[in-house]
Amino acid sequence: MNFSNETLKELYRLMVSVRHVDQAAVSWQRQGLLPAYAPELGQEAAQVGSGYVVDTSRDFVFPTYREMGVARAMGVDMVEYMSTHKATWHGGMYNPVETRLAPIQAVVGGSVLHAVGWAHGARLNGPDDDGTYPVAMTYFGDGASSQGDVHEAMNFAAVMAAPVVFFVQNNGWAISVPTERQVAGGSVAARAAGYGMESVQVDGDDVVAVAEATSRAFEHARAGKGPMVVEAMTYRRGPHSTSDDPGRYRTLDQERDDAGEDPVTRLRKRLEADGVADEPFFTRAVEDAKAEAEQIRAGIEALGSRPGSEMFEYVFQESTPALHEQARQWREESEHV
Amino acid sequence: MSNEVAEDIQPAGSPPPVVDQGAPRRAETRAETRAETPGNTVTMSMQQALNRALTETLEENPKTLVFGEDVGRLGGVFRITDGLQQKFGADRVFDTPLAESGILGMSVGLAMAGWHSIPEVQFDGFAYPATNQIISQIGRMNYRSRGTMPMPITLRVPSFGGIRAPEHHGESLEALFAHVPGLKVVSPSSPHEAYHQLKYAATRPDPVMFMEPKSRYWQKGTVDLDNAGTRTGAAVVREGKHATLVAWGAMVSRCLQVAELAAEDGVELEVLDMRWLKPIDASALAASVSRTRRAVVVHEAPRTSGLGAEVASTVTEQCFKTLKAPVERVTGFDVPYPSGDLEDEYIPNIDRILFGVQRVLEYRRG
Repeated sequence: MNFSNETLKELYRLMVSVRHVDQAAVSWQRQGLLPAYAPELGQEAAQVGSGYVVDTSRDFVFPTYREMGVARAMGVDMVEYMSTHKATWHGGMYNPVETRLAPIQAVVGGSVLHAVGWAHGARLNGPDDDGTYPVAMTYFGDGASSQGDVHEAMNFAAVMAAPVVFFVQNNGWAISVPTERQVAGGSVAARAAGYGMESVQVDGDDVVAVAEATSRAFEHARAGKGPMVVEAMTYRRGPHSTSDDPGRYRTLDQERDDAGEDPVTRLRKRLEADGVADEPFFTRAVEDAKAEAEQIRAGIEALGSRPGSEMFEYVFQESTPALHEQARQWREESEHV
Repeated sequence: MSNEVAEDIQPAGSPPPVVDQGAPRRAETRAETRAETPGNTVTMSMQQALNRALTETLEENPKTLVFGEDVGRLGGVFRITDGLQQKFGADRVFDTPLAESGILGMSVGLAMAGWHSIPEVQFDGFAYPATNQIISQIGRMNYRSRGTMPMPITLRVPSFGGIRAPEHHGESLEALFAHVPGLKVVSPSSPHEAYHQLKYAATRPDPVMFMEPKSRYWQKGTVDLDNAGTRTGAAVVREGKHATLVAWGAMVSRCLQVAELAAEDGVELEVLDMRWLKPIDASALAASVSRTRRAVVVHEAPRTSGLGAEVASTVTEQCFKTLKAPVERVTGFDVPYPSGDLEDEYIPNIDRILFGVQRVLEYRRG
């Protein structure tokens, strides 16, 4: 991966965009526009840095419910993404096949195995013209690493040499439970050795380090060398969700001590020190991000609800007489025809 | 159909084989079949019928995969996948690590990558560790993705009891699966049904829980290879006019046996093989019971919230005016599936089914 000055500036613009949209989404929840939201404040570098290296012409990404920054870096329409938080449709309104981003996943660790299946299927489909394989990248956190499915996924992937990148955002907290009460041994990446799998633990607040590490993991998987774990050490600076109250399990002083330097500020300092960008660039990035957030807000307000008939429409590819009958009865007895 | 039944019934009192001895050695598997007659009707066991259906499915659709625990080199503990890996290679037919959630979770991703998975969970009770993937993922992905990510997954589950097996090897999961939105459920009762229903299920774009009555794996029957008959809905497998016996899986042949015995006393019982448990065939239930005006539903699963309740409710809705008696349920009990010594006490037997028939025949209002 070539980290040209333009790439670094693009990463910065993306991180500022994600920061503003994320903070705006919290406001939208407080204002009643969104029923709920899962902020990713502090994880911009981990999400943008990893999402940026995805080749959306061939790879596939499996998110959790806290991957807005990944979606943004992959170019997913933000209104369609936010529709999950608007309670429009659980998986989001974006087309997962076209965007290469699986539907938003509410089950902690639920989609990690899906990435393994997708990657194994890609391997069975054979390599692309350049002789390398498409890669599945799955996101999960330190909390999800406790789930049995994550173990099964890592073991399956390693046994089958599936081209998977396991991207762990170790953000210090699974709602109220800190990593030391969650991850025995303190590191998810360290577990990879037990599967005979390569891994790397990276400073998850350094967007360049994250992008480099993820890029290396993709090369490894593409070459048919099997799966790899990337553990980005970061910090969830905000609440678990807009319903959460971190004051019940950590103090503001602890947050300040543990969070470290803001990842957006870190990149800005680097760009300044290296003379890559100047004040007008930084100002412009913020203005663009604010304008983007406003556009997204307008898009969310214009979303409207899906017709109730869609409850019945998407259960099966081939629907059933019982569903037809229930839909008929619903139409007959409902005001929302 | 009913002609093959008499010889299709296990002799009363002969203990079914235990699991390890239940599967014949490979050479024996090969020796038995291939007695094809001019009408393309073959006599074979359900195990052979399923094996043949899988073979043809793998031949006909290069995007199908068969995988699970011990299904490759061994050919499965019941030998349903016998010889498939040799024939189609270890890419198409492969052994997975021993983890059912992994098997089913992987099927989801394979579906997204364009593959039709036909995984096996080795025994019914082994599906429990996979329920999160089955219920929360497989059943919902088409919905969650607004129809852009279908889940063509045909999960083969050796099901139900009757083989003196260890704990968790004799479970009846049909009500659990049927209750989950987004899943379809089918259970074949004979080699003919097994062959055609598996081939049909393996071409559907939706997830199908394919529940094989393992106590019937080694019973032979005739399979008309060219004439599947209707593949959806229920099928009347014996006509009668005094009451309808409703069953699926291994209980169909037992109900046919009951009907034979009842006929000796002049009671003509209709036997309806439900086949598809979701979607349930309400019109076939209505058509049969509106003629017979009495119904007894028979299943191995525990009674409470079993599919017998769904059948009874459907019959009541459809035939309330003409019903002569409340729908009887002859079922397993609300107990954990018992050890082999007691399973004949648990699974509905001929006497219990006959008592059920007697109750609907003798029922008087008021």
